[in-house]
Amino acid sequence: MSDINRETVAHLAQLAHIEMTDTELDALASELGIIVESVASVSEAVSDDIPATSHPIPLKNVFREDVVGETLTAEEALSGAPDEADGKFKVPAILVED
Amino acid sequence: MSDEILSFEEAMEKYDPVLGFEVHVELNTATKMFDSAPNEFGDTPNTNITPVSLGLPGVLPVVNGKAVESSIKLGLALGCEIAPVSHFARKNYFYPDTPKNFQTSQYDEPIAANGSIDIELEDGTVFTIDIERAHMEEDAGKLTHMGGSAGRIQGAEFSLVDYNRAGVPLVEIVTRPIVGAGDRAPELARAYVAAIRDIVKALGISDARMERGNVRCDANVSLMPKGSTEFGTRTETKNVNSLRSVERAVRYEIQRHAAVLEAGEKIVQETRMWHEDTRETTAGRPKSDADDYRYFPEPDLVPVVTDSEWIERLRGELPEMPAERNKRLKTEWGFSDEEFRDVINAGALEPIEATVAAGAPASVARKWWMGEIARIAKEREVELTETGATAETVVELNKLVEAKKINDKIARQVLGFVVDGEGKPADIVEKRGLAVVSDDGALSSAVDEALAAMPDVADKIRAGKVQAAGAVVGQVMKATRGQADAARVRELILEKLGVEG
Repeated sequence: MSDINRETVAHLAQLAHIEMTDTELDALASELGIIVESVASVSEAVSDDIPATSHPIPLKNVFREDVVGETLTAEEALSGAPDEADGKFKVPAILVED
Repeated sequence: MSDEILSFEEAMEKYDPVLGFEVHVELNTATKMFDSAPNEFGDTPNTNITPVSLGLPGVLPVVNGKAVESSIKLGLALGCEIAPVSHFARKNYFYPDTPKNFQTSQYDEPIAANGSIDIELEDGTVFTIDIERAHMEEDAGKLTHMGGSAGRIQGAEFSLVDYNRAGVPLVEIVTRPIVGAGDRAPELARAYVAAIRDIVKALGISDARMERGNVRCDANVSLMPKGSTEFGTRTETKNVNSLRSVERAVRYEIQRHAAVLEAGEKIVQETRMWHEDTRETTAGRPKSDADDYRYFPEPDLVPVVTDSEWIERLRGELPEMPAERNKRLKTEWGFSDEEFRDVINAGALEPIEATVAAGAPASVARKWWMGEIARIAKEREVELTETGATAETVVELNKLVEAKKINDKIARQVLGFVVDGEGKPADIVEKRGLAVVSDDGALSSAVDEALAAMPDVADKIRAGKVQAAGAVVGQVMKATRGQADAARVRELILEKLGVEG
């Protein structure tokens, strides 16, 4: 059995800001459980001395010169914003301080 | 409502503080960490922006090579090991200052780890602070809270976001827990942040201006009862962005923790916000699910792989570190501990160094920068270097004094004219006719006049009361508006009256 239960899914949904119904939570708990178990079977095939892969191609040190390039104007930057004011993105009140 | 606090002394009798710091340093690269938008402070909002800065779909970040080299240099300066292989990771959280809903950072493979630096307090006590890691990441955008009181987040109706700062390269330096500072903890906190600021400034990798947020500190504080070795629950105080605030915030949190513990209650592990106006902290958000950042490797960026050749080249580019430089200068200049400390605290180190380099003796440079120039700076409420006096001014004044062209008193007047923009010292002396009168003809007649005006004094001197000559010297100085060579005047008086000096 995987560790994925209804509470885990509800927790992840909250972290990801995804609203889910009770029915969806139940369904996803079992679906995600199967997925996680399937992925876990991969670790049975590898030994400890094989590093985890985060990139399929063995590239390294891809760097950019520190030279200023083309930028957007404030109008362009804000063109996709749901709301704006004073040349800035306008967002709903934030309740918690970070 | 303010929290209860215990007096610092009582807190120190009963508890030992444990500190920890996270210092964020903004690098002064020309461009951002992962895109070619300018890294520039104070520009029109949302103009230093590319699609990458905004985290638009389909964009590809590319690492700024110079930022990596700056980070490695900082790691080396902190005595860290540089990772052979280092990855970027996504730190996932929702907050409008981060347009991507994740911050590109580093997680389990930081570029630098396991360093230490020695921090010297004002009285010479040295504490070694262990550095756990220094990792590369990006800054967030700037939020302005509107509609509430005085820009505070509480009661705000909405917030405005400027993403110019989003993506600016940061290095976060994390210490290991600092135990054993005792009642020096607040002072050590300040000295540590000052040391980091001075190091990044000396390395030239950051503008290091705290008032602009180039160097920012989160201070962790916990207390354990005297004799205990088990750490207490800690709080993390944010928004401590000046050296004074760091010292005060640590002191305040120690006092607040002590009061909570003395009341038999428990410290809530939480973020505290420092308020410089009230000099208190208030509760921020509690540590909770929000801190479940679900880090995972950044798939769009490839690893940074270092080799000894690269690291040694960068090590070779490191300048002398501030602590070593201070030691060297103190010895070279022959200042006492106290003199040197005063020089540092007055911000006179660089001006004095420049003045010595320009050819003045260290003692002379110190006399001017800590004396008359410091007085002018204080009077005009500006920095020493903003007074208009320069290393060259001091060197030239000193040459004029040494050549006996002017005396110390006139030299101070000349400095006043220099800072008022009248030109160079020698020109001012010439133009204003301030040169000391040492020409015997002119002095001789001035002495004659003074003696004629003070016959009683002249008699006393003739009778052997040589010290009475001072009054005549004073008279001559007055008559020559302070421009006479006082020693020569004295000689002339005694000569004329036929008395042995």
